Amino acid sequence: MPRTSRRAAKTPSKDDIARLYRGLFLIRRAEEEVEHVYPSDKIKSPVHLAIGQEAVSVAICDALRPDDVLGCTYRSHAAYLAKGGDLGAMMAEMYGKATGCARGKGGSMHLVDMQHLLLGASAVVGTGIPIAAGYAIALKREKKRRVAVTLFGDGATEEGCFYETLNFAGLHKLPLLFVCENNFYSIHTHISKRWSNLDVCGRARAFGVPAKQIVDGDIFKIRAAAAAAVDRIRRGGGPEFLEIHTYRWRQHVGPGGDYDAGYRSEREARKWMKSDQVARLAAMLASATRVRIEDEVNAKISEAIAFAESSPFPGPEDLLADVFAD
Amino acid sequence: MSSPTDRKGRLLTYVGALQEAVSQEMDRDPSVFVMGLDVVDHKGIQGSTQGLPERFGPDRVFHTPLSEDAMAGVAIGAAMAGMRPIYVHIRMDFLMLCMNQLINIAAKARYMYGGQVSVPMVVRSMIGKSWGQGAQHSQGLHAMFMHVPGLKVVAPATAYDAKGCLIAAIRDNNPVIFVEHRLLYFTDAYVPEESYTVPFGHARVCTPGDDITIVGISNMLVEALRARELLTEVGIHAEVIDPISLVPLDSETIVRSVARTKRLLVVDNAWTTCGASAEIMARVIETLEPRELRAIRRLGFAPSTCPTTPSLERLFYPNPASIASAAHAMVRPEADRWEPSAETAALAYQMNFRGPF
Repeated sequence: MPRTSRRAAKTPSKDDIARLYRGLFLIRRAEEEVEHVYPSDKIKSPVHLAIGQEAVSVAICDALRPDDVLGCTYRSHAAYLAKGGDLGAMMAEMYGKATGCARGKGGSMHLVDMQHLLLGASAVVGTGIPIAAGYAIALKREKKRRVAVTLFGDGATEEGCFYETLNFAGLHKLPLLFVCENNFYSIHTHISKRWSNLDVCGRARAFGVPAKQIVDGDIFKIRAAAAAAVDRIRRGGGPEFLEIHTYRWRQHVGPGGDYDAGYRSEREARKWMKSDQVARLAAMLASATRVRIEDEVNAKISEAIAFAESSPFPGPEDLLADVFAD
Repeated sequence: MSSPTDRKGRLLTYVGALQEAVSQEMDRDPSVFVMGLDVVDHKGIQGSTQGLPERFGPDRVFHTPLSEDAMAGVAIGAAMAGMRPIYVHIRMDFLMLCMNQLINIAAKARYMYGGQVSVPMVVRSMIGKSWGQGAQHSQGLHAMFMHVPGLKVVAPATAYDAKGCLIAAIRDNNPVIFVEHRLLYFTDAYVPEESYTVPFGHARVCTPGDDITIVGISNMLVEALRARELLTEVGIHAEVIDPISLVPLDSETIVRSVARTKRLLVVDNAWTTCGASAEIMARVIETLEPRELRAIRRLGFAPSTCPTTPSLERLFYPNPASIASAAHAMVRPEADRWEPSAETAALAYQMNFRGPF
């Protein structure tokens, strides 16, 4: 890597900060809006909020080309928006409207935007990992140096298909980046109660897949690590693995926190809230720039909500549409 | 489209027909590829993948690790990306290791992603029988897949249909569960050399008859045709129908036949509870008036796990004698129970497979 670009990775430009902030703020505000609307029962869909985890999706997607492919989990709002997924179609999907990204048939857990190469999300933990590997086979064949990324949580690393896919991707040198978004909890159970060995990077390395861990949630570090890995993968180096520590501020599913539930402490969360990347980047921007970005994002969100509200529900003729492809 | 009665082409085995179908489609369409345990080895899935590795190379024909769950996902992902994978399983029993991906993703992707993706994949699976295949090498599990919307299920019983259905399956834009029975592999039929498709959702009346309709699924079609021969000797003329595809299911052809014969016997290479036979019977009963139906029955596996000892395995499966006997009782309910003589029945039995593999 030339020296200038290495420096750029360490010292982000004003444009970098503004772009990343826009991505972070969009996701934070979109999800806050979902929380705001939720008590009205207009969103009849289980929502798994990524508030607190935005930096992972934004940093990873910032390291990708638009023609790269991203697969994500049922906690999909952040990845969907970071990859460029249509905000109006996302809101409409949660409202169950015909204009939703899945025509109202998928809801929050099955967001998809194939135009922006965001593979459909699955509500069965881990299932998206081999799907992304299958996509990577196609990318490898076409030889356009495109990369597939599979984003999954710590819980998914307990599924058999995670190891099966690591092995297969390593064997076939697939252009695939594994990103484990480790927020420490699978629903309400901490990794210390689930993992016999906390070294998940070591598990990837056991399959010959290079691995790197980022523990402080720093968006610039995540972005630099992702860019370096993606660059090596693009050049035919085979799959890589990133473990990124992060923290889910809200409960597993639904709006609001659950620090009174007893399985985790507010003190643990506070540490992550103090290093909130949304606030951090906001403070790094000139206030005029920040306000302009925020105004633009807020206007976009109002527009998306209005779109969702005014869109029609699917009609009876849609019930049996798309059971099969033509 | 040609038909199996044209006697065009040359005699080809079922396994040769499968191989030819894949080979021709791989020639035609570079997005078609083959993956699975043992597809590359010297046995080449009983010959059905023989020659393909040499011809198409390791990128298009490759062995998979014993990771059925993830490999099913890999096939689905490749299909979503526009490729046309053929994922081969040497036993249908092993599909149980892929159920999550097949049921939760392959079947649903088109629908739950609002039509944004399709999953054009073929899952080939072989059902074993005899030489002690036993509990986990003999199951006909097609009904499990019929239950879930979004999967097509096809079970061709002849070499002609094997080729035409496999080509149709490869070109289909949906996941297709392709059910093969091992004892059919070395049966032969006239198979055109050129490429052709046997469209799904069209049952075939194999032999006409007025006394009873017998539907035979997969290998049980062969057994039903042999039972028909036995029945002819006592003056009973059975109309034997091969549904060929189970999803979509052409119940109209079956209903039309039963409306005439007033008797339906469905013989499946599977258990009967919640099975393909139950589904076919239900559709007929839902369509016809009670007076149009004099007798209805199904035969299938005994309601037990498949035993390995020949003395019990013999009782586990329907056979030409038991099918003929059941049909006789339905056509002539007042007559004494009839069974073909042991010698005649023995001649009608399928040649048994000899091991060890």
